[in-house]
Amino acid sequence: MVTTQTSGIGVQSQNLIINGTEVNLSVDGEMPLLSVLRDRMDLKGSRIGCTEGYCGACTVLVDGKPVQSCNTPVWSVTGKAVTTIEAVDRHPVLAEVQRVFIGLQAAQCGYCTNGIMMTLAGLLSQSPRPDRAHIVAHLDERHLCRCGVHARVLKAIDQLLSHSERASA
Amino acid sequence: MSGCPANLKANPLLSRWFRLDQQPVVGVRSGKVELGQGVSTALAMIAATELGLDIDQIDILPADTAHGPDEGYTAGSFSVEHGGAAIRWAAAQVRELAAQAAATVLGARADQLVVEAGQFRRPGHNEGVTYWHLHDRINLDVSALDLAAPVLHGGTIDNAQMQRPDLIGKLSGAGFIQDMTWPDLLHGRVLRPDHPQDRLMTCDEASARALPGVVAVVRDGHFAGVVAHSDEVALAAIALLRRSAQWERGAALPVDDGLNGWMDHATPVSTCFLDEAQPEKDCPIQHAARYSRPFIAHASIGPACAVAYWHDGQLQVWSHSQGIYPLRRQLARTFGLEAEHVNVTHAHGAGCYGHNGADDVVLDAALLARSVKAPVMCLWTRADELSWSPFGAAMRMELSAGLDANGQILVWNHAVWSPTHLARPGFGDGVNLLAAGDLAKPHARPPLADAPRPQGGGDRNAVPLYDVGARKITHHLLPQGPLRSSALRALGAHANVFAIESFMDELAGLAGRDPLEFRMAHLSEPRGRAVIEAVAKAADWTVNAPGGEGHGRGLGFARYKNLGAYCAVVAEVEVAETVRLVKVTAAVDAGEVIHRDGLLNQIEGGIIQAASWTLKEAAGWTQDGFKTRSWADYPILNFSEIPAINIVLVAPEGAASLGGGECAAGPVAAAIGNAVAHALGVRVRDMPLTPERITQAIHA
Ligand code: FES
Ligand code: FES
Repeated sequence: MVTTQTSGIGVQSQNLIINGTEVNLSVDGEMPLLSVLRDRMDLKGSRIGCTEGYCGACTVLVDGKPVQSCNTPVWSVTGKAVTTIEAVDRHPVLAEVQRVFIGLQAAQCGYCTNGIMMTLAGLLSQSPRPDRAHIVAHLDERHLCRCGVHARVLKAIDQLLSHSERASA
Repeated sequence: MSGCPANLKANPLLSRWFRLDQQPVVGVRSGKVELGQGVSTALAMIAATELGLDIDQIDILPADTAHGPDEGYTAGSFSVEHGGAAIRWAAAQVRELAAQAAATVLGARADQLVVEAGQFRRPGHNEGVTYWHLHDRINLDVSALDLAAPVLHGGTIDNAQMQRPDLIGKLSGAGFIQDMTWPDLLHGRVLRPDHPQDRLMTCDEASARALPGVVAVVRDGHFAGVVAHSDEVALAAIALLRRSAQWERGAALPVDDGLNGWMDHATPVSTCFLDEAQPEKDCPIQHAARYSRPFIAHASIGPACAVAYWHDGQLQVWSHSQGIYPLRRQLARTFGLEAEHVNVTHAHGAGCYGHNGADDVVLDAALLARSVKAPVMCLWTRADELSWSPFGAAMRMELSAGLDANGQILVWNHAVWSPTHLARPGFGDGVNLLAAGDLAKPHARPPLADAPRPQGGGDRNAVPLYDVGARKITHHLLPQGPLRSSALRALGAHANVFAIESFMDELAGLAGRDPLEFRMAHLSEPRGRAVIEAVAKAADWTVNAPGGEGHGRGLGFARYKNLGAYCAVVAEVEVAETVRLVKVTAAVDAGEVIHRDGLLNQIEGGIIQAASWTLKEAAGWTQDGFKTRSWADYPILNFSEIPAINIVLVAPEGAASLGGGECAAGPVAAAIGNAVAHALGVRVRDMPLTPERITQAIHA
C-alpha cells in the first residue's frame, strides 16, 4: 500500500484502488480525481485540458466506465476501481485500442488521445458492445480534438469494431 | 560554400547538430521543434538516411538555446524544407568525417567503406566500427563551411510503415511539458482580466498570502500571480485575488456585429503593392463582392504551460514555444540580462498551430519564479487560453474584376483589411510578451507591422495564381483590433483564398462556364494545373453538374504563399439548415515526400481544422469583455461532423520538399463556400457559414 500525505483544509483519508493497487491518501475529498492522479500519484497520462468537463483529455475508467476525472471529486470514487492509461498492459481491451491507435498513427500532438482511448476501452468493454453511432455520439458529447485527428479516430473505431465482430463470430 | 543550406551556414558548428557519445544512438539536435506535427520524425528520417543509421538509432534531443542550432521559428511550413536541408547536409558531412576515422581504424580507404546500421565496414567483412566507437576520433567542433560539400545520399528511408517514435510514450503516460516534475517544483498561476481593456489596480494580497500552502504573491505593476506548493492552492489563491480585484478599463470596445463592422472606424496603413496598367479593352462583364472572416481562437486542447527556474542570476526555462531563440532574447531584454544568462529548453506541448500563449506563459512563470528559490510551473486556465492567447486575425476582402465578352478576365482588384497576423515575440523593436506591458516598468510593444512579403501576413495569398490581366492588390494593415491577433495556421491565406476562389466561381457563373474549366482557362502554372486535374479525377468532377436541391460540390485551389505546396480541394456538401460536409477530396503537391504518413496526417488535420473554422468558429466580445471563456462558448467540429477524406499526393520527379501542414486551409474554406453556393443557388460570403447565415442567404 502506498501512503502519501498533504496538509490542507478538509483533509480526510481516502481509500482508492488505482490501477489495481490500493492507495490511502490524505486529501480533501473535494479534490478532483485528476489532481490526485497527476499530482499525488504521479500518473501524468491523464491530461489536464479544460478542467471543466468539456474536452475529455482527462478521461479515466471508474469501475470500467469512462469518467472525466477533472470534475470528479475524489470522495466519489473511494472503494471503486480507477483505471488510467498507465495500466494499459493489464487491460486487454485498452491495450488493443492503443495498438490500433499506434498502428493507424491516430494522433498528432496526442494530447487528446489518451482520454479518447480510455473512453473507447470503456465502451468496448461493455456488453453488449455499443454500435458505431453510439460511440460517435459519446465522443461528440465528451471529447474534443483540435489537431483534427477525428478521421483517424473514426477509422480506429471501425477497426476495433470489426476485430470484435471477428472475435465473437 | 555554395549549396550549403542557409540554416547550417548560420549555425556551422557540426557539434551544434550532432552528438556521437550516446552509444548506441546518435543524438540529433534541430532548431525546428516538435509541435505535435511530427516534424521530429521527418528530421530523424533524413538524418538516419544520410548517416546510414536505422531510425531507432537516432535520438532527437530537445532543442535548447545553450546547445542547439538557432533556426528561428518553427513556422510557415518551412521545417522540412529549411531545417531538413540543413540536417541532411550536416549529417552527410558527419558521415564523411566518420568514414575517414573508420578508414584509419580499419586500415582501408574511406571510399571503400560501407555504412549500415551505424557501422562502417569493408565490403565482405563482418567486423566494423560504429559512430559511437569512433566518437573520440571525430572532432565535430568544426565548421561545416570549412569542409568540402558532401555527397548527399538524398531521399529517405523506406517509410511506408514508419511510425512516430514520440507517440508511443505520450500514448502510454507522461510526455508533455505539463507532466514535468521535480521534488521541489512549485506551482504558479496568474490573474488575468475578463476584458481585453482591463488592467489590475488593486487586490487583497494579504488574504491570498495567508492561505496555507501559498509561498508567494507576486505583484509588479498591473501583473499579479501566486506561487504555491500545489496547483489547487494556487488556484484558490487566485480566486481570492479575483474576488477582491479592482480593474481599470481602458477604451470601450466597438460593437461586435459579427461582420467586422469595427473595421469601418479603424485607420489602416495601406500599401498597394501590385498595380498593373489597366487594359484599353472594354470589360462588358463586371463584378464585385466582399467577403469576411472573424477572429479565430487558437484553442489549443492543452493549457499554455512553462517552467522557470532562477539560479545564480541565470534564468532557465522550459517552454513549448515555436521560437526558443527569439524567446530567449525577449526574456533577456525584459529582465535586463545578457542572452547568455537565459537558457530556453524546448518541451513538447499540446498541438500548436501558430503563435499561441506558449511564450507569454514563460514570462509569467519567470516573474513568479523570481520570488522563490525553486522551479515554478505556471499553467494558464481554459478561460485564459481561449481569451488571452493571440487570435487569428479578422479579415475583410473586397474583390472586383472585369471580363471580356468571352469570359476572359482582364482586370482584377483585391483589397484586404486586417490587423496584424504577426505579433510574435522577437519581431520588431520592443517586447511582445503579454505581461511585459503590465509591469511597473513596462516594456513597449513593437510598432505595428505584419509578416513581410513575399510570404505576407494579411496579404498572404492575396495575389491570385491565375492569369487575370491587370492586377491591383492592396493591403490595408489595421491597428490592433478589439482582440489581440497574431499568427494562426496559414495566416491570411485562409480568407484570401476563400475570397479569390469564391470570386472565381462567381465569375465562372457570370461567364456561363464550369468552375473547373474556367480556372484551367486562366491558369498556365503547370504544377497548379496538375493538382487541379488530379483532384478533378479523384473526385469524379463532372463538368456543369447541376446543383441546387441542397446538394452541391465546390472547388478550391491555391499554392500556399504562392511559393509553397500546391493544393486543390473538392468538397461535397448537403445543406438543409446546417451544412453537412460529406466528402473532401484533396490533391497536394508538396514536392519530395520525406514521411508520407506524417504528411497525410498533417493534411488531414489541416482539412478538418479549416472546415471547423469555416463552418463554426468565431471569437467575439461584448461590452463585458471576451465572449469565449470556455469550450461551451467556442464550438469546434466534432466527430459526427467529419467528412470522408481522400488525399492524393502528386509531385514532379526531383521537386524539393515543401511543408504540407498549412496548404489546405484556404482551398478547403473555398471549396466548402463554393459547394454551399452550388447546393443553394445563393452564396454566403461571410465566415463562418452558420445555420443563421444560411437561412439569411436563402431568404434574402
Ligand atoms: S480536462 Fe476534463 S474534460 Fe477537459
Ligand atoms: S491530437 Fe492534438 S488535440 Fe487531438
